[in-house]
Amino acid sequence: MIESLDILLSVLVLIGALFVLLGSVALVKLPDFFMRLHGPTKASTLGTGAILTASAIYFSGHVDGISLHEVLITLFLFITAPVGAHLMAKAALHLKLKQLERTQHITPEKPTSSR
Amino acid sequence: MLIPLTPTLETALGVAVILVSIASVLSLIRLLIGPSVPDRILALDTLYVNTIALVILFGLRQGSMLYFEAALLIAVMGFIGTIALSKYLLRGDIME
Repeated sequence: MIESLDILLSVLVLIGALFVLLGSVALVKLPDFFMRLHGPTKASTLGTGAILTASAIYFSGHVDGISLHEVLITLFLFITAPVGAHLMAKAALHLKLKQLERTQHITPEKPTSSR
Repeated sequence: MLIPLTPTLETALGVAVILVSIASVLSLIRLLIGPSVPDRILALDTLYVNTIALVILFGLRQGSMLYFEAALLIAVMGFIGTIALSKYLLRGDIME
């Protein structure tokens, strides 16, 4: 029982750390601001949520009752991350930042297409 | 109230702290080289999410429940900061 709980906690913590690292690698590596916005707002938030879930399970097993602080932080992060990303994207659109051409959704004319 | 950690969890916590620290250094690099202002705001956003993860990992390692309030404060203040900077870029003013 205790060993399986330990393995579950370790897997959660490691998966969370890997997702956080993935988000930051995307932040450094991707070429465009609108592509860079995807990494931290999705991957890093998910990784932090996994680490917080691991902490909630750990402290729920060791104190009487359920430890709800981490659930509160997780909910707050998951609610506020899209709001912040939306505002940052609006600011970037307002400033007319450089966008890559192949992300512009402008498809070349195809003579065979019916529409 | 100190809770002893098992060796498996302690190893996983050490590896996770190293990975999250590398992530923080990477977002610090983006904060320094970011070519535009929204890039820097996004790097600050990532930095505070990484900091929450680090604080929670530290609390797990110490076996102490005192760090959640700090993590919650960092989350609230980081969100307010991101919103304020983005609104400033959008409107030229924070409160209109």
